[in-house]
Amino acid sequence: MLGYLLEKEFKQFRRNPFLPRLVIIFPMMVLLVFPLVANFEVKNIDLSVIDHDKSSYSRNLIQKVIASGYFNITDVSETYSDAIEKIESDRSDVILEIPSNFERDLVRASRGDLMISANAVNGNKGGLGTAYLMNIISDFNGNIRAELTGNANKLQVPFLEIIPLYRYNPSLLYEVYMVPALMVMVMAMICGFLPALNIVSEKENGTIEQMNVTPVQKFTFILAKLIPYWVIGYLVLTICIGVAYFVWDIIPAGFLGTLYLFVTIFILAISGFGLVISNYAITVQQAMFMMFFFVLTFIFMSGLYTPIENMPDWAQILSNFSPLKYIIQVLRMVFLKGSGFKDLLPQFFSLLGFALFFNSWAIYSYKKSS
Amino acid sequence: MRQFITFTRKEFYHILRDRWTMLMLLAFPLIMIILFGFGITTEIKNSKIAVYDPSKDLATQNIIKKLETSEYFILSEYLNSPDQIELIFKEGKIGLMVVFSERFYENLIHTGDAQILLIADGTDPNTASTLTNYASRIIMMYLQELTDIEHLPFQINTEVKLLYNPTLEGAYNIVPGVMGMVLMLICALMTSVSIAREKELGTMEVILVSPMPPLLIVLSKVVPYFTISLINFTNVLILAVFLLGVPVNGSLFTLYLVSIIFIFVALALGLLISSVTNRQLVALLMSAMGLMMPVVMLSGLMFPIENMPLILQGIAQIIPAKWYIEAIRDVMIKGLGPADVIKEIGILSLMAVVLIGASLKKFKIRLE
Amino acid sequence: MKVIEAENLTKKFGQFVAVDNISFQVEKGEIFGFLGANGAGKTTAMRMLCGLSKPTSGQGKVAGFDIEQQPEKVKANIGYMSQKFALYEDLRVWENLRLYGGIYGIPSREINEKIHAALAQLGIENEKDTMVKSLPLGWKQKLAFSTAIFHDPKIVFLDEPTGGVDPLARRQFWELIYEAADRGITVFVTTHYMDEAEYCNRVSVMVDGKIEALDSPKNLKKQFDAKNMDQIFHQLARKATRGNN
Repeated sequence: MLGYLLEKEFKQFRRNPFLPRLVIIFPMMVLLVFPLVANFEVKNIDLSVIDHDKSSYSRNLIQKVIASGYFNITDVSETYSDAIEKIESDRSDVILEIPSNFERDLVRASRGDLMISANAVNGNKGGLGTAYLMNIISDFNGNIRAELTGNANKLQVPFLEIIPLYRYNPSLLYEVYMVPALMVMVMAMICGFLPALNIVSEKENGTIEQMNVTPVQKFTFILAKLIPYWVIGYLVLTICIGVAYFVWDIIPAGFLGTLYLFVTIFILAISGFGLVISNYAITVQQAMFMMFFFVLTFIFMSGLYTPIENMPDWAQILSNFSPLKYIIQVLRMVFLKGSGFKDLLPQFFSLLGFALFFNSWAIYSYKKSS
Repeated sequence: MRQFITFTRKEFYHILRDRWTMLMLLAFPLIMIILFGFGITTEIKNSKIAVYDPSKDLATQNIIKKLETSEYFILSEYLNSPDQIELIFKEGKIGLMVVFSERFYENLIHTGDAQILLIADGTDPNTASTLTNYASRIIMMYLQELTDIEHLPFQINTEVKLLYNPTLEGAYNIVPGVMGMVLMLICALMTSVSIAREKELGTMEVILVSPMPPLLIVLSKVVPYFTISLINFTNVLILAVFLLGVPVNGSLFTLYLVSIIFIFVALALGLLISSVTNRQLVALLMSAMGLMMPVVMLSGLMFPIENMPLILQGIAQIIPAKWYIEAIRDVMIKGLGPADVIKEIGILSLMAVVLIGASLKKFKIRLE
Repeated sequence: MKVIEAENLTKKFGQFVAVDNISFQVEKGEIFGFLGANGAGKTTAMRMLCGLSKPTSGQGKVAGFDIEQQPEKVKANIGYMSQKFALYEDLRVWENLRLYGGIYGIPSREINEKIHAALAQLGIENEKDTMVKSLPLGWKQKLAFSTAIFHDPKIVFLDEPTGGVDPLARRQFWELIYEAADRGITVFVTTHYMDEAEYCNRVSVMVDGKIEALDSPKNLKKQFDAKNMDQIFHQLARKATRGNN
């Protein structure tokens, strides 16, 4: 009986003018574009310079800022209000104002003043931009001091060296981090949305009624809806792994088998969730809206874009209810750290729990009669 | 005119009677704003660190204390041997490890050979670089204090002003973005799907044979979504101001003006999609893939556009939400007036005119 | 032998009593007509008998099984054709038949033979590979009927099977019904075409959820002193208080 139902599902899928293309193109698009985009790194900070001093010191400082590589000097303004206008029109992010007599004051009065104003609408950029600039200034200050005191070689001030090292991803390649998680997002969208919409459109078209009047078992019917999305999920995962390898040169450090095993359970969980929604929704519109709502919440709470540790406590608790959280951890750990099944036991049981819960609920809530 | 009111009322009934959808339509924006405003933050707080300190002297103790008392870090492990470093990272709980060199204070003062290794878990590059930045800053501050005690000559003092957002709240940046996303989602997606639904179920034909001019039919379809969008915009605004403490520095009038134009653009996009297909599923997927994804990815909602490769920056220019979000940030956060966002208003208006024109033309063709 | 027995069947939706305490029996091999205006409760009653809807009170037995306790056993023994066309439009003609044949557990080889026979009976052998969505409505209905009796059920339930087609197609459809009845399949059919009521062995007339008349068309005409079923229907339907929408 299952065989006949599966035959039907696959034929319908293959004949749909849109879905097969979606399953191929969507993962590729996301995996090609997203890693280029989903990047919070603060670089290319546009700097406005107001140099009232026009001394050799001020020119040196500006040279040093340019040489740091963090800043593009996009504007040299005469007055502060000119520079503010640049900030307002987003042509500049940070203003560095060097007052007149900066060099004279520093040499004669042993004290110089500088002013930094940063556009902090994007707090991350404003804050880090300011910090970078201050580091450069303090470095510059050190050089000047050594020069003026004439003791360039003798240690004047306490000095230490800070060496940052990055484990697992030494050159901090962003795509290495994003690509495994994006695979999860793609699978959640495809294997979550499609089964939900599939059943609801059978409801709306009335075809499910003909099914309900047959002696087909609930379990069989649900299974016939789930299995195609397993196959589709594997296909999506394989496409994703292909793009990761050929485009981004990312190879899983762990076993492929581990990946497929966990993905199997994850797809079961997310498709089961889609089925639950489809059992409660009457129209496609409703199903779609509920799915949008929950899947987006799952995605945003999963630590895909922003680390869960940074969230407030209530959001961290909430994130435990997102199945995506666990599978993203799994994919990142397998891809980056090469973790094996033993390291992933907690995630294994969590995902298994979700899969059992959602699917039991789906079978329970699927009513052949009203 | 009376016909028009009748049709519009029918559309309202459709939406109002479907309680689930109605609830979702109104609750969705609110939940999104709460999630984004509070939960999804790029700021780093209370990150767990581990320390290996073979020196245990005045300087290392002070630096550790400074790290610990900052809001960014929590000291969770104190290692006894460097062998533990590898092990701790495998567990994946520690974001940053601070490793001091031996005889730290002595070297710091006399030889300049003092060293601190900041080992971060690079799996998440964003967090890793932010953590090392924060830690470096704190260590530099300690150094600065040491220096200050000695009253150094030739000191440069830097005064810092953080414009518009002195406490660096993440919500200031994200709220305008969420507004753009919510309006786009509700207007475009709902319109396209609801028209596709009428076509799929065959009820559209009945309306099309009525003597109403097509323009009015289209209008009666979009008026309810327009109204709901305005209500949602207002709700989000209220929540942003009173719950998230995001200011409205510019004029409300300008905010609404820009939003209304943007809503028109979104509605027109929805109409355009629905004129291409008569299947709900296809309309839905087209809106989701063709509109939602670009809005989330390329509009500057979360990810800064200037970090993107040039070609994607180019594509970002034709995304209406990009201009909308920019305008809202300018008016709401920076407090600029209508004159300063005239470019954004102009571009959005142009998009609205072109898209409405195109969708009406398409709609008429289907009638013949 | 009784194949359908309904005893005080009632279905309420909130305050609204869709089916109000109906009782009747259908004999094996009978063509039983279920008449009534739109909204009289015909479809609801039929859905209860098919195990698609649970009765609020009362009992029913179909093919010897209780409709509330053993709905799946009932389903294995009946065929059903809903008012709205419910076959898969994006499957071919033979694929739809094969699907339902498979679901009812007919062995694969037998399915192929039966598909052949069924299409021959409908006279649409050439359309075997046609996508169902491109069939004309009349053929779709015949195909739906063929699908409903494909597994040789004891009873077939037809919910307004001939809505929206021309008189010729309706006549052809009734020939299919007769052929099925000749094979011993009991036919339970709702309709609001009164000429079709004449083709039934017995008819019941539902008004506002209740059965107001039940007998053979001939006896009913005598009982109501009417020339045809149409007149009987008008007499009874006049009493209806429910909106005739």
